[in-house]
Amino acid sequence: MTADELASELAQAFPSDSNDLARLHARLTSAAQRDGILDVAYRTVDSPVGPLLLATTEAGLVRIGYASEDHDAVLQSLADRISPRVLNAPSRLEAPARELGEYFTGRRRSFDLPLDWRLAAGFRRAVLSHLPEIGYGQTASYAAVAGLAGNPRAIRAAASACATNPLPIVVPCHRVIYSDGRIGNYLGGPEAKRTLLSLEAAA
Amino acid sequence: MTGKQPFEAVVARHGATVLRVCRAVLGPADADDAWSETFLSAMRAYPDLPEGANIEAWLVTIAHRKAIDVTRAAARRPLPLAQTPDGATGAGADNPGQAVGLGIGSDLADAVAKLPAKQRQAVAYHYLAGLPYADIAAIIGGSADAARRAAADGIAALRRAFPGATKEPTHERRGQ
Repeated sequence: MTADELASELAQAFPSDSNDLARLHARLTSAAQRDGILDVAYRTVDSPVGPLLLATTEAGLVRIGYASEDHDAVLQSLADRISPRVLNAPSRLEAPARELGEYFTGRRRSFDLPLDWRLAAGFRRAVLSHLPEIGYGQTASYAAVAGLAGNPRAIRAAASACATNPLPIVVPCHRVIYSDGRIGNYLGGPEAKRTLLSLEAAA
Repeated sequence: MTGKQPFEAVVARHGATVLRVCRAVLGPADADDAWSETFLSAMRAYPDLPEGANIEAWLVTIAHRKAIDVTRAAARRPLPLAQTPDGATGAGADNPGQAVGLGIGSDLADAVAKLPAKQRQAVAYHYLAGLPYADIAAIIGGSADAARRAAADGIAALRRAFPGATKEPTHERRGQ
């Protein structure tokens, strides 16, 4: 028996199957939470605009990521910017998952979730914090949004705040379009933006 | 700038190996506790782990310490009568108890459980975790040569005890 065969015999003698690992992962998640070291918890949910990554800190929902952003890349940037103590912990994200589900089925018009704004700063954050003032099913121009944030001429900066919104959907940057009616860019792609706007128009 | 990967990726990549190592070193009954303590402790220290550190060796080092803790705790707690008919030998480091319910390979698991602690650790860390003997020596103490001898003695004992492992003579150097 060669060393490799022996190693494979030993691996069989001491199995570690996916059920065991899932159970241990859940145990690790609750222990980490109990000890206050689960800095970033995440899960994914399916939606009409594709799978969404939801991430939360102790302070609140911190990031919603579209598949087009590459969820692994989003998780890496959360590890870099917030903390590498990141675990897949669906139970920590039950409320956002439920509210998004209600939104996508037309039963919810605004979100009632604690938000962690740390990934947006300065004027961008000011812009984003005013977006919930645009009502469900309404749209506003980038110029109007710049005005809400206190600088009506900062149209480009308002557009860039929307383009880098860490919390799309919940912070409704999809409701911001050009004043000539063009739909404009969107983190999740223009198709996703159209889907959200028609969902809200229909409800 | 990209720094450390999310801890989730560490668990996904190394969780299975660490569980095998815990099962080999401690037996199935205490392996879950050792695994959980290992990853909880690793997650606490993870932000301070130097860039470029060998994560598998780091995790096995923690698992080794946690296994010692778990063994000590097990030795302190009262044992069910059925497990210790003579009451004299607890589930100490040299006797992690019978491997039960493992199905395929359980004879080999039993044989591993009967090895002296150092041999069992050297075999697990080299053949299951794939660590080189220099790393193993840093974990269990002594020289790399001593770690290599402990693994070789352990493998020789397994070949004697477990007929399936006695087919052929051997080159058991793997890695360094």
